[in-house]
Amino acid sequence: MLKDITLGQYFPGDTPVHRLDPRTKLLLTLLYIVTLFLVDTWSGYLLVGAALAAVMAVSRIRPKAMLRGLKPLVFIIVFTAVLNLFFTSGEDYLLRWGIIKITRTGVRRAIAMVLRVVLLVAGTFLLTYTTSPLAITDGLERLLSPLKKLHVPVYELSLMMCIALRFIPTLVEETDRIMSAQKARGADLETGSLTQRARALLPLLIPLFVSSFRRADELALAMECRCYNGGQGRTRMKQLRFSWADAAAFALGGLLLAGVVLLRRLGL
Amino acid sequence: MSLMELRGLTHVYSQGTPFEKTAIDNIDLTLRHGQTVGLIGHTGSGKSTLISHLNALLKPTAGTVLLDGEDIFASKASMRAARFRVGVVFQYPEYQLFEETVFADIAFGPKNLKLDQGEIDRRVREAAAFVGLGEDTFRQSPLELSGGQKRRAAIAGVLAMEPELLVLDEPTAGLDPAGREDLLEKLFHWREARQASVLLVTHDMAAANRCDRLIVMDHGRVAMDGAPEAVFARGDELTAIGLDLPAAAHIARLLRARGIDLPPSLYTLDQLTEAILALWRRKGGTPC
Amino acid sequence: MDPVIRIKNISYTYPDAPGPALNDVSLDIWPGTFVAVLGSNGSGKSTLAKHLNAILLPAAGKVLVDGMDTIDEGSLLPIRRRVGMVFQNPDNQIVANVVEDDVAFAPENLGVEPGEIRRRVDAALRQVGMYELRLHAPHLLSGGQKQRVAIAGILAMDPQVLVLDEPTAMLDPQGRREVIDTVEALCRDRGITVVLITHHMDEAARADRIVVMDKGRVVMDGAPREIFPQAEALRALRLDVPDTTELLRRLNAAGMRLPADALTAEDCAALIGEALG
Repeated sequence: MLKDITLGQYFPGDTPVHRLDPRTKLLLTLLYIVTLFLVDTWSGYLLVGAALAAVMAVSRIRPKAMLRGLKPLVFIIVFTAVLNLFFTSGEDYLLRWGIIKITRTGVRRAIAMVLRVVLLVAGTFLLTYTTSPLAITDGLERLLSPLKKLHVPVYELSLMMCIALRFIPTLVEETDRIMSAQKARGADLETGSLTQRARALLPLLIPLFVSSFRRADELALAMECRCYNGGQGRTRMKQLRFSWADAAAFALGGLLLAGVVLLRRLGL
Repeated sequence: MSLMELRGLTHVYSQGTPFEKTAIDNIDLTLRHGQTVGLIGHTGSGKSTLISHLNALLKPTAGTVLLDGEDIFASKASMRAARFRVGVVFQYPEYQLFEETVFADIAFGPKNLKLDQGEIDRRVREAAAFVGLGEDTFRQSPLELSGGQKRRAAIAGVLAMEPELLVLDEPTAGLDPAGREDLLEKLFHWREARQASVLLVTHDMAAANRCDRLIVMDHGRVAMDGAPEAVFARGDELTAIGLDLPAAAHIARLLRARGIDLPPSLYTLDQLTEAILALWRRKGGTPC
Repeated sequence: MDPVIRIKNISYTYPDAPGPALNDVSLDIWPGTFVAVLGSNGSGKSTLAKHLNAILLPAAGKVLVDGMDTIDEGSLLPIRRRVGMVFQNPDNQIVANVVEDDVAFAPENLGVEPGEIRRRVDAALRQVGMYELRLHAPHLLSGGQKQRVAIAGILAMDPQVLVLDEPTAMLDPQGRREVIDTVEALCRDRGITVVLITHHMDEAARADRIVVMDKGRVVMDGAPREIFPQAEALRALRLDVPDTTELLRRLNAAGMRLPADALTAEDCAALIGEALG
């Protein structure tokens, strides 16, 4: 069912990780990604994996939730693995069978790529699991606020993103509902050729568009009624303030980077 | 004779996850030909999950649904067949309209039934007539209709499939009082003319009042099942599970609490008026 | 005392509409009162509501909010701050992903100082009984809860008038009760003026005053006990009467002499009980 999609879901909580400033978490996620791409040793992956596990433990995100989040990406992960497994050139063959050649480097690279993708995705999930989408947009907005001087409508963009996120579950629900209604009228969304299937989607897509426009209209009206007037002169209930915890988090992030760089230097 | 039989029907959402939820729990029910059954229960009591099984939109976790004695989940073909014999009108059906014209939208179901053009034409006209949509609307875009007309066009789209069992989820929600009454009238007239069966999911006690039989759901189970007078006589239990009583049943209950001797099966204004007047006349009151 | 909203002879026609949606409507809304507006679909109720906070501007006539003319552009924000509006579809008026952030939206727009926003948000959430759920995601709430969040979002502007356009039309009986109880309490305890547009007679019965609209005009205006005994006239307008009033009317038609103005089931039962007792 569509409802099972957890992409970008937020798990409310009150752990040290949840309490960090979203700007800290955004920057640290960036740092984490950079760190991850610097890794080129098994021990490095181990270190990054251990760091990730530690943060998961502190933020009380269960491995199960993480696995469920990764599920929709299984295809991409397998695809990456297969690509690296079969198409890495080299001479150190493990297996040769007709045109299929698997090399030692290929296996190594496949494992490394899968690790990298999984760690990358899991790391960004950790951000969205522990930070409300609103806080993320809020953090982004503030990190990007210097761009306001260049007349980039940073606030409006972040509001758009926030509203889009807010309406994802609503639209998923609505899609389910319209799908049921059309199936009840005998619509066949599952069989037939590709063009037939594309056409069969019209009874779903048209009502969805119509209702999205209606929603947008009503939402705009409701926002006007609540004195929405653009980003100018707006204040915020939640002030973002860096605390000692943020400083500590940056320090730990730096330590991880240093560790990875060190392992790389040592070639362990 | 039984039209539809639910045997041990159970549905568990997100089984095996922390979000696991048993929406309906071991339900046994028999729906007979020609009955008008009201299904009541508060939001989350399992009504919507239940009706999605009747036309095989949802597959049960356990148990099954028999249509004329045949398991509707037996094969893909039988599931599809059930979809055509059991018509379901979901809440706010006007959101399903999508064709360029009202006529084409009502014809969507019959077309999926692979009927010939003459038969499609006949069914669309008949269904539109039942819901009171004039032929002048046929060429209009469904989006140009008024709110009430959209609702009726959407219902006509299901009526045109000529289901043997028509299931409606809150068909009158959001309409004005006259609109509610009018739509119910039309639906009951359709049932009468087609000799079909109707399952009406509703919060509206005025609609529930007009059914032959009421099924009350609570926490995924059938809490009560019987004629309206029998169900509404159990006022305390109904209020305990958070449901409203029809106003007449509620006033009768208050009067009984005041020591006035009214029969327990009262639930319509007509019955209550009669009963009060009878007591009053016995007391010697006379029309002036 | 002056009316908080004064509507003077307003008319309004939608572009491309054959006739006017509002036709010479005049109405004074008094502070602290609970006014219900009834009328069939297309009677002009919603159009009237949209004039109360300058969403629509009258083609003729005037709407004065706290003395400010809605046509005056400089008064737009002060008017919207004073007259808040809640709509029918609870999903389409919640902006944020967290209940309390949504409630903060209006005061943030108004540039209220952060500490004060926090205070208002907490107070508003307590008033509608949603404080416990302040960190929840709105899409997981019930319809009645969502509407209460929407009401809190308006309360956080510290308004004088709360206009609700069929707020219960999409709710189940439980949700309807929650919303109407909340609205009534805001009027009775907090002195907020309420304008409630509804199709449900039992909700209108709880108001101080009922305004009935038909074809863009105000056709009846009075206390519920004056309006509801006029069953014939209401039915002619595609409206209904509460079952209590209808019962009393039938009993009186058969010769009983009961006061025809009891509205609640309790009052109604008390009257009949006395007559039979």
